[in-house]
Amino acid sequence: MDVSSANSEIRELIAFRVGRQEFSINIMSVREIRGWTSATMLPKAPRYIRGVINLRGAVLPIIDFAVRLGLPATEPTARNVIIVVQIQQKQIGLLVDAVSDILTLNSNKIQPTPDIASDTVSSFLRGLIPVDGRMISLIALDNVLPADSAAVV
Amino acid sequence: MAEIREVFFQECEEQLGELESGLLRMEGGKKDAETVNAVFRAVHSIKGGAGIFALDGLVRFAHVFETSLDAIRSGKMQAEPHVMALLLRAADVLMDLVRAARKGEAVAETRTQDLVAEFSALAADGGAKPAAAKAAPPPAPPVPQVRKRTWIIRLTPKAALYAKANETALLLRELLRLGEAEVEIDTSQLPTLADLDPEGAYLTWTVTLTTDRDASAVREVFEFVEDDCELEVFERPDFNFFGMDAPERQAEAIEAVPATVKAEEVHVQHDVETAASPHPVDVMAAQAEVSSSVSATIRVDLDRVDRMIDLVGELVITEAMLNQRVLEAGLARTSAVAMALEELEALTREIQDSVMAIRAQPVRSVFQRMPRLVRELAIQTSKQVRLIMEGEGTEVDKTVIERISDPLTHMIRNAIDHGLESPAARLAAGKPAEGLVRLTALHRSGRIVIEVADDGAGINRPVVRAKAIERGLVGPDAQLTDDEIDNLIFLPGFSTAATISDISGRGVGMDVVRRSVQAMGGRISIASRPGQGSTFTLSLPLTLAVLDGMVVKTSEQTLIIPLGAVLETLRPNTADIYPLDNRSSVLALRGGYVPIVDVAEVLEFGQRSSVPDQSVALLVESEGGSRAILLVDEIQGQRQVVIKSIEANYRAVYGIAAATVMGDGHVALILDVDAIVSVTRDSARTDLSRSNLQVF
Repeated sequence: MDVSSANSEIRELIAFRVGRQEFSINIMSVREIRGWTSATMLPKAPRYIRGVINLRGAVLPIIDFAVRLGLPATEPTARNVIIVVQIQQKQIGLLVDAVSDILTLNSNKIQPTPDIASDTVSSFLRGLIPVDGRMISLIALDNVLPADSAAVV
Repeated sequence: MAEIREVFFQECEEQLGELESGLLRMEGGKKDAETVNAVFRAVHSIKGGAGIFALDGLVRFAHVFETSLDAIRSGKMQAEPHVMALLLRAADVLMDLVRAARKGEAVAETRTQDLVAEFSALAADGGAKPAAAKAAPPPAPPVPQVRKRTWIIRLTPKAALYAKANETALLLRELLRLGEAEVEIDTSQLPTLADLDPEGAYLTWTVTLTTDRDASAVREVFEFVEDDCELEVFERPDFNFFGMDAPERQAEAIEAVPATVKAEEVHVQHDVETAASPHPVDVMAAQAEVSSSVSATIRVDLDRVDRMIDLVGELVITEAMLNQRVLEAGLARTSAVAMALEELEALTREIQDSVMAIRAQPVRSVFQRMPRLVRELAIQTSKQVRLIMEGEGTEVDKTVIERISDPLTHMIRNAIDHGLESPAARLAAGKPAEGLVRLTALHRSGRIVIEVADDGAGINRPVVRAKAIERGLVGPDAQLTDDEIDNLIFLPGFSTAATISDISGRGVGMDVVRRSVQAMGGRISIASRPGQGSTFTLSLPLTLAVLDGMVVKTSEQTLIIPLGAVLETLRPNTADIYPLDNRSSVLALRGGYVPIVDVAEVLEFGQRSSVPDQSVALLVESEGGSRAILLVDEIQGQRQVVIKSIEANYRAVYGIAAATVMGDGHVALILDVDAIVSVTRDSARTDLSRSNLQVF
């Protein structure tokens, strides 16, 4: 996820849509992509935690990526997908509208985030990528889970 | 090499355990040959292994230790109490040496030197008796045998030796350390390349070794591989060095006969040592060694077992799913599919039980750390303590074992530091100066129960009460029963700076113990009688992998409530429900009042569909013994569920202990009954939690 260290390195990213925006994450942190199945609600969870689903016997928390960005909650249908990503020791599922693209690009094409984004967004936005007239935001997954995720409630 | 080293240290841990339990049996008066042998063997194996890894300090100390044990084994030294005390301390030091070696650290030489000096003194003592003169152990380094001898070692490894990642070159290199040697290789058995099995073993090495060491030292090199190779060790017949001392020579002639079985070697050696006056203990010793070498256990990587547990968990879930599908398909119970499914269900259960049994381990591995703890604490507190352990063979899942060590250690510390009185105080109270701590494990109704009992002064209730009031844990005018006062010690914040002693007050109190016990679905309780002592009882599930639960539904959510916590289920009458204020209410139940908790409300699942008198009430009891009524919409049944961690991928969730996967593939949450029940108490006590918990 470290963008700044290498200036001209080939990166592979997976791009996905949430609402009308497009985001991308490092392909290496994606474990699998699967269809939406209804999640079991967790008590007292932040609003962007959809709940948990069963991923081959493991309990996988689902983050509604739209809510995490401060957008209206997703009303998931069978067309929505869950991107299962690895963040350090944990696997979590990101609920998004659709996977839109796989990008292979030179990391010097990633432009820095302008200083206008809100704190929530800029905490995990790592840069902007112009692709065919679209703007794709590059996401660092480390901060997608709440910072207190290790703390016991 | 690192792997072999790791295996060696793992084995050391086992041997150290054997050593300690054996010594304790001896101390307890069980001085039969088998016990003494087990102790000797443990030290001997550690020494042998340490030799291979060139851990010289360890080898030297183990040797001195071993020599004394040998003296006891052969009856030349008596296992008097002061001897036993020394041996036990030596075992502690040996343990430290092993651990230090594992981490590659150095150990202060003074400790070992002191003990070595004590051993020498002891041996000199025994040396006063002429018969035992020969057994006097040498000071620190083993006395080198001046006479050089030449050994022929013929080694034919089997394929299994290589399969276990052993390496002939390393064995040979080890052998070369013992002295000068010539190595010849016999490749006559090597097939042509076409017939060659790449994992086969075809070679035979013949080593001619000139050394001052004896046959057992040579064999020790092969200690870990002797089952997987053909090994012959004999002295070169044409080697002339007669005239040193005749009887020994003669004895060695016997030794020179190629011996392929280790047990034979033992026989022979003992015959040599006791040729003059055969000692009955030695004969038994040899037999004991033979019997124990036949062992039907294997060492398996824990990951493999865990993987299997996971898979069986999956199997149980899949089986439940299949069951549900068949039910949905409306097939008759007598149909072939349904019958076959029933069989599958039975088989699955059986597999699950068998897999669990693989992971079950006796609590001995935890218990055997306790004697040392008690010895050290006794010295630190200047109290006299006797530890009695019962039921060490009680089996429980490995995951449980790993997690009871800390609470248990703390409970024992507590018992000795706070429970037992000083010898003077005990004598004044008409008790023996030596305090008693009893550690017991047993199975009771599908759980393991561990008790730590002391015969000390018991809980000083006025003091506990006063302290609890001082810390603001209870109101100054609170009416508390004896039981409630005793349970105050489990409250967070009870153990604070003023009570910190070196031993039990390391900043953690009994509340930490209780929390860690509860975290694994256990409960802890205390029974105390003034002047007669206290008993802490720990009740734990046998495994942390599955749980018997009641499936309930509330506000459209499926929840599992651990069956162990449910006392009864009932349908409450509206007339029996009395509101206390606008938030809480109680249920009149057989003359008492039990606080009511609406589960959906506490967990913020939203309004329930049913009104109170249509809901189902479950009377539950928390680990702390407090009761509450949980209101839910309906009960769907009971089933065994496989526990899945939520924390693994997320974090701890309020009111939820864990999760499981239901037959339809959905995740269901397992309720943390304690947290839910404590809602009633917390909301009464602090405003903070009230604001957190109420959702009106």
